[in-house]
Amino acid sequence: MIEISHVNKWYGPSFQVLKDCTTSVAKGEVVVVCGPSGSGKSTLIKCVNALEPFQEGQIILDGIKVNDPKTDLPKLRARVGMVFQHFELFPHLRIIENLCLAQEKVLGRSHDEAVAKGDKLLERVGLTVHANKYPAELSGGQQQRVAIARALAMDPIAMLFDEPTSALDPEMISEVLDVMVDLAHEGMTMMVVTHEMGFASKVAHRVIFMDKGEIVEDALKTDFFGSPRSERAQKFLSKILSH
Amino acid sequence: MNYNWNWHIFFEPNPTGAGTYLDMLVAGLLLTIKTALLAWVIALIFGTIIGILRSLPSRTASWIGFCYVEFFRNMPLLVQLFLWFFVLPELLPRAAGLWLKQLPNAPFWTAAIGVGLFMSARVAVQLAAGIGSLPRGQKNAATALGLTTAQGYRYVLLPMAFRIILPPLTSEFLNTIKNTSVAITIGLIELTGQARAMQEFSFQVFEAFTAATVMYLAINIVVVTGMRFLERSLAIPGYITGK
Repeated sequence: MIEISHVNKWYGPSFQVLKDCTTSVAKGEVVVVCGPSGSGKSTLIKCVNALEPFQEGQIILDGIKVNDPKTDLPKLRARVGMVFQHFELFPHLRIIENLCLAQEKVLGRSHDEAVAKGDKLLERVGLTVHANKYPAELSGGQQQRVAIARALAMDPIAMLFDEPTSALDPEMISEVLDVMVDLAHEGMTMMVVTHEMGFASKVAHRVIFMDKGEIVEDALKTDFFGSPRSERAQKFLSKILSH
Repeated sequence: MNYNWNWHIFFEPNPTGAGTYLDMLVAGLLLTIKTALLAWVIALIFGTIIGILRSLPSRTASWIGFCYVEFFRNMPLLVQLFLWFFVLPELLPRAAGLWLKQLPNAPFWTAAIGVGLFMSARVAVQLAAGIGSLPRGQKNAATALGLTTAQGYRYVLLPMAFRIILPPLTSEFLNTIKNTSVAITIGLIELTGQARAMQEFSFQVFEAFTAATVMYLAINIVVVTGMRFLERSLAIPGYITGK
């Protein structure tokens, strides 16, 4: 589904953010990307739907080369859902309008069709009563669930999560993770940048550990938590699991 | 001071033979409103285009925006009007210059376009600042949903940016109205022009300019009230112009 091979990316002439990153996500697979901040995990996930350009290597998404100038990027991006750390709901649109905008403008669905789909997804994330509110009237956890629903409204073939719970209060994290766990159980292909090791150990198939722009470890979940091979991953794990 | 106050002057016939002095001032007021409205429309259209150019990542686009803004905001308005009215026809090929000079209502069109372009530079800077003040993730979210750059601006960035800059835009609208008075120098007999004509005919300088002042004040109050109403009707819960 997602094939990342030998991706190199530089900011400016000298600072290399991604160093020869190669990995893949198969259909139905849940891959968690973790690592210290500044390790390039967010950048990597943003390269997958070309929100960030990269200079070398290639990424193939469902058979389509992302970094090919001939690729119709808006069309490709519409097929991949993305959830951001700061939710990024559109503040001037009501919740239901947030869910309808891209369905209508990108997929060309009728307004009624889009609303029906939106209602269904709001029900799924348990926010039906908030359909006519504005994003700022919702809590962080609720906003993030709306953001997930907004991405799902496009019927994506895969979902990218960029630290979806990092901006949330602890008590709101679980309501978002619950939605994500459900998605994973339904067989959604997911690439998740997160520090939530509980989520990783529960639903991930594989865990990728990044440090300083490199993929240091790319292992099955059991291997990663059981006995990470690299010293850096061991250190990282011992730090975040020690409390 | 030996001044002969005469507040009844407004109801006395003016020497042009067409109505009273008040009629003269009202005709000037209407011309001021017409010129200002056209200038404001021009300022908004060009300001929006240039503001968008200034906010695009493309270097060429922001360079064009930069040149435009610096050209129009670094020259005094008076000089710009002289440039369009007296100099431009001489620079053009003879036939085109002659045609331009013989246009009916030339002072009106020159004033509206001249003031409009002058103000558009200011609108552009504010709009670019408004767009720049939005979280970067908003653009990413729009892009990730498959919206094209144009759609992202149309449905996501501009609606928010304009809401944010509404209060300073109100000031710019007021400035546009007041700046049309500079057009007296190219022969536009708007409100200031009529007040001066009245003074010359009747020698009631204080009455004439008091009336003009009151009329300027009245239009501006209407504009301020209208913009306040607009701000309120577009307000979003949780945002700067919000409730």
